[in-house]
Amino acid sequence: MSIGASPVTDLLVAPEAVITVGAPTLDEALAAQGVATVPVEWRPPPAGSAAAVAKVTADPRLAPANRTAIDRMTAVRPRLVDVRPAAELVGIGRHQLLHAGPPLAWGAASGPMRGAIIGACLYEGWADTPDAAEGLAASGAIELAPCHDHASVGPMAGIVSPSMPMWVLEEAGGRTSRSTLNEGLGKVLRYGAFGDAVTERLRWMERVLGPILASGLRRHGPIDVGALIASMVAMGDEGHNRNRAGTSLLVRALAPDLVRTLEDGDAGSRAGDVADVLAFIDANDHFLLNVVMGAAKLVADAGAEVAGSSVVVAMARNGTDFGIRVAGTGDRWFTAPAAVPEGLYLGGFGPDDANPDIGDSAITETVGLGGFAMAGAPAIVQLVGGDVGDAVGWTELMYELTLAEHPTWTLPALGFRGVPFGIDVLRVVRTGVAPIVNTGIAGRVAGTGQVGAGLVRPPLDCFTAALAAVAAVAESAEVGGR
Amino acid sequence: MTESVLVARGRYHDSVTLMRASAVARDITGVETVIAAMGTELNRALLVQAGFAAPDATADDLVVAVLADSPATAEGAIAAIDRHLAERRTSGSGVAHRRGKPRTVESAAARAPDAGVVVVSVPGAHAYVEAIAALRAGRHVMVFSDGVDVAAEVALKGEATALGRLVMGPDCGTTILDGVGLGFANVVVPGPVGLVAASGTGAQQLCCLLDGAGIGVRHVLGVGGRDLSSAVGGVSALAALAALDDDPAVEVIGVVSKPPDPAVAEAVMSAAAQCRTPVVLALVGPVGPTLTDAAAEIADALGVTFGEPQQWRPPGRSELPRPGPVLGLFSGGTNAAEALVVLERRLGPVRSNVHPDPLRRIAPFDSPGGAHVLLDLGDDELTAGRPHPMIDPTVVAERVAAAADADGGAGVVVLDVVLGHGAHPDPAAALAPALTAARAAGAATVAVLIGTGGDPQGLDRQARALVDAGATVHRSNARAAEEAVALATGAGAVPVGTRSSRP
Repeated sequence: MSIGASPVTDLLVAPEAVITVGAPTLDEALAAQGVATVPVEWRPPPAGSAAAVAKVTADPRLAPANRTAIDRMTAVRPRLVDVRPAAELVGIGRHQLLHAGPPLAWGAASGPMRGAIIGACLYEGWADTPDAAEGLAASGAIELAPCHDHASVGPMAGIVSPSMPMWVLEEAGGRTSRSTLNEGLGKVLRYGAFGDAVTERLRWMERVLGPILASGLRRHGPIDVGALIASMVAMGDEGHNRNRAGTSLLVRALAPDLVRTLEDGDAGSRAGDVADVLAFIDANDHFLLNVVMGAAKLVADAGAEVAGSSVVVAMARNGTDFGIRVAGTGDRWFTAPAAVPEGLYLGGFGPDDANPDIGDSAITETVGLGGFAMAGAPAIVQLVGGDVGDAVGWTELMYELTLAEHPTWTLPALGFRGVPFGIDVLRVVRTGVAPIVNTGIAGRVAGTGQVGAGLVRPPLDCFTAALAAVAAVAESAEVGGR
Repeated sequence: MTESVLVARGRYHDSVTLMRASAVARDITGVETVIAAMGTELNRALLVQAGFAAPDATADDLVVAVLADSPATAEGAIAAIDRHLAERRTSGSGVAHRRGKPRTVESAAARAPDAGVVVVSVPGAHAYVEAIAALRAGRHVMVFSDGVDVAAEVALKGEATALGRLVMGPDCGTTILDGVGLGFANVVVPGPVGLVAASGTGAQQLCCLLDGAGIGVRHVLGVGGRDLSSAVGGVSALAALAALDDDPAVEVIGVVSKPPDPAVAEAVMSAAAQCRTPVVLALVGPVGPTLTDAAAEIADALGVTFGEPQQWRPPGRSELPRPGPVLGLFSGGTNAAEALVVLERRLGPVRSNVHPDPLRRIAPFDSPGGAHVLLDLGDDELTAGRPHPMIDPTVVAERVAAAADADGGAGVVVLDVVLGHGAHPDPAAALAPALTAARAAGAATVAVLIGTGGDPQGLDRQARALVDAGATVHRSNARAAEEAVALATGAGAVPVGTRSSRP
């Protein structure tokens, strides 16, 4: 036969290296012949998911759809452009609140979520006492909706009320995202604390911080947050539990224009207010977190709604459930009960005081930051008692779940490799390895505030359910799998 | 002099990285000035100072400016910087930090760009996913796994054809690539023979018989037991045949299979007829040659004399066995099929779990009293969730022991013992006690020993241990079956030098 050379003649040489997956005896037999082997640490996917794994794998749209989703995500250049009240940006009004994570009713809400709702009712003046606020919420009078459904994100409880100022991020095409301003640590609304101190801080943020930031930012012009993230990742931040370098970079960029707001008095600002703003930011290493989250939301949303794609475009928790969204399944949430993080506790708090995982901040992991970028932020690893090698190991493990590496968010410790980017539901289910999420830990009792910080893994059930949904709409030939 | 300026929006690199990249480009002949920097105010001023036009760039944008003696040199310098910056992200230092194994074939393939072959032996329900990943990563794949849906096999082979890759399997036990064995493989001296094998143990038998005649085998390309079925259409066999035909080191090609689908057989024969290399078809079945005949035919094609395959006998006069039927216990499917044909030709009906005639098929654990029985203990149905008898011969030993014990048990036990990479390290030792017991109970025992002098278990050592346990040992499966027939019919040992008849 052979009209023209066979395409497989390259097979007919003694192989120098062979990849093996499955029985160790076959790997050993090759090693005994002096062949270098690359064994895959394979384990079967969770029970009941083999057919979905095969069906999604066989969908001819899979690879191009995933490439499309990832190309759209990496092309986003988020720019920080403004600070404005939530009422204007989101269009929420009296008795309407946004919250973190997948949809949630008051009855299912955890302690910190309830605490934050109570705190928001007090701040907005919808109730005079915590009891009255609780009664109002329990009566069903407070309308709750996920931040994610309003192009918004909020850390921890993620409560957004109409008067709160929010960051506005924008990409070249005009799409925007919003996120709250970070209140600092300790007894703060997002950790479920409420009361006078919380309300007072929120009012100051509304009347002083927000307007001065808005004015300074408009003077300065848009800040390229994509480039800012690239810098901070090279400086030891992972953008979730560590934002120290990034916050400093933001202040450095904005400080002159914040001071210049005094010249025109355009924010009605006084020198003392500007100094307070700078001191407030200085006292809060997490100030930039919400900006990074807004940027991550803008990036992740760009990958949404790509038919046939198995790329994760949102991971979020409401304090009760962990939920994910996938590019190929529209705005559907796939949820499972959230786990309690492992980590270090403040003061006299311990694991018994911890609420299950909460917050939209896992949007940072969704785009390769946070737990995925741990190799660039070895300082974080102390939260869970690991060493620098563990930090590198976690990031390397996350590359097993992702389809790409971010082109500009690079890790010096890994030879300037891009962060693991584009979580694939299929890879998560095939490997049985859940993403790693860095997180703060909220007290489980309403009003407590933050009790610690650490690591958490999403329940695999979110991913098996999502994969089953991707499989249900797959356009595959029959390939079996039981 | 030409100046060339590139502005890459939103691409951040630290200044040290950029200075190193600039230095690379500065070494290029004809390059006068190179500046690679983020577009900060300071750097924009530096560019103007250096004679470039003020670039439209911000602190977030990368600016590369080159002054060179020609546009081509300038472009070359910019390309060199771009390459340097890209390389820093993908190469080198990161690899040293790698801890932990890859979790998927995709990940392993990314780490090992030079690994041209992937061996998949995960449970059958999961094999498609790993195998397709190998193909999509541009690798050939051997699927050792059995229990793979035929639909998955068809899909895999369709994609492999489109990608110009070969799928060996599913249920591919044996492949040899220029002397390197994948799966179960005997240690063979590379020589002029290339095999296309839809049967792993059939290929092993052929390799070992050729080895016995001093003929080396260069490649064995396993294609899976179902490749020559009408559903699959011989996709891999045809591709393997073409590849072997293109290899100048291959002087004779053998095709080993159980009887294929007639239309597929037609296609294979027509492809074989067009090969420049002579092709010997060894399609083992009721009307085909035995593997021993095929080995002789390959030897003939090479002009090599094929002597009588080696055998080892216990010392002393062999006594006639106790009366009773023949029990065949095989770990290799093709050896079982070949033995079944030889036994039925002389003994009449034999019951088997792999009998092509449904009326003579039995469940593997049935023991129809008085009838001749032949079991393929390596059949898919019996290996689900259990090691293959070639890896762990315990199941064979148990059957031999049971046959010895039973009232009215077998008169003659015939079994195969397979050596080589992947097989049990000392199968003769695992079988010896049961064989000794069967012999003591009055049964005759015959073993076909499939191995070469190079196999790690040691051909002679294994043969001696089997003989010490009272068994007669043959390197030829057909001869072993013929001996079992002779013992069962009271004809005694098969005279040396006979050739089985070719229908």
